[in-house]
Amino acid sequence: MNGAEIFGLLKIKIPDAAKEDQTGAIIIPKGMLLETARYIISSALDFDNLHCITAVEKNDNIELIYTFYSMKRHRSLTLKVRLAFDDLNIESLAKFWKSADWFEREIYDLFGVNFPNHPNLKRILNPDEWTAHPLRKDFTHPDFVKKPRY
Amino acid sequence: MAVIEKIPASGLIQRFPGGGLVLTTGESVLKWGKASSLWPLTFGLACCAFEMIAAGASRFDIDRFGAGVFRASPRQCDVMIVAGTICVKMGECMKRLYAQMPEPKYVIAMGNCAVSGGIFYHDTYSVIKGTEALGIPVDVHIPGCPPRPENLLFGLMKLQEKIKAEKSERR
Repeated sequence: MNGAEIFGLLKIKIPDAAKEDQTGAIIIPKGMLLETARYIISSALDFDNLHCITAVEKNDNIELIYTFYSMKRHRSLTLKVRLAFDDLNIESLAKFWKSADWFEREIYDLFGVNFPNHPNLKRILNPDEWTAHPLRKDFTHPDFVKKPRY
Repeated sequence: MAVIEKIPASGLIQRFPGGGLVLTTGESVLKWGKASSLWPLTFGLACCAFEMIAAGASRFDIDRFGAGVFRASPRQCDVMIVAGTICVKMGECMKRLYAQMPEPKYVIAMGNCAVSGGIFYHDTYSVIKGTEALGIPVDVHIPGCPPRPENLLFGLMKLQEKIKAEKSERR
């Protein structure tokens, strides 16, 4: 089963899913994440491993990139979800994949994205008393020295 | 009867050929002893720690300078070799470790990160820009990324020179 076939199956379940041309990633609307997760972990697709979650700050949204892998069928899937800045909340996947727990804590720590229903949403790397989220473009700190442009 | 013959088992003591006296001051002997038995803290923070470990092992042998006894407790140490990048969270631990070391205490900042933040100077939120930015006074700075074990040994010799030259009322 190749990427196009996986997309075809997913499209039946999630009609709003779209395929990104350059990367082959599948973009799904934010509200459909839980339903998508429930489907791709089931026996039809068998993505039993959540390999990584990354976040990227774009001009008008924060993009979460989920990379899944199937240990049984040796194939991978990339999902993207876009979050508007005025509503940085997205459902946690920790109840489906245990690895999501720490990935989501890291994204909360560095980008300030909230994950409702996460079992233990607190900072994972930075000191607990910090209030800022360092990988946001608008992050500033008194000791922060911007690299000069040459 | 000479004094030496009153000592039990004096037959085992050999006379120094030619005899003679060594004249010195108690203070300079003290300084010599202090400089020749620096006990470093086992404190590696990043990749510079490997150069420190290499300096401690047999090829470079920091023991030749009396500084090979890496102690795992700050209360038994004379010198803290800051070997590596100081993160914000580690900075708090470092301040506490430095405060726990008994006087007289010395600090060697080893490598660019411990001197000034090094390659992590720009655009980082989690790295402290050098040991002195933490408020810990540094006796010897060793630049390099990482410095070779020879550089560390050279820094150690410079620290020994500094200790031997310091005035007694310094601390």
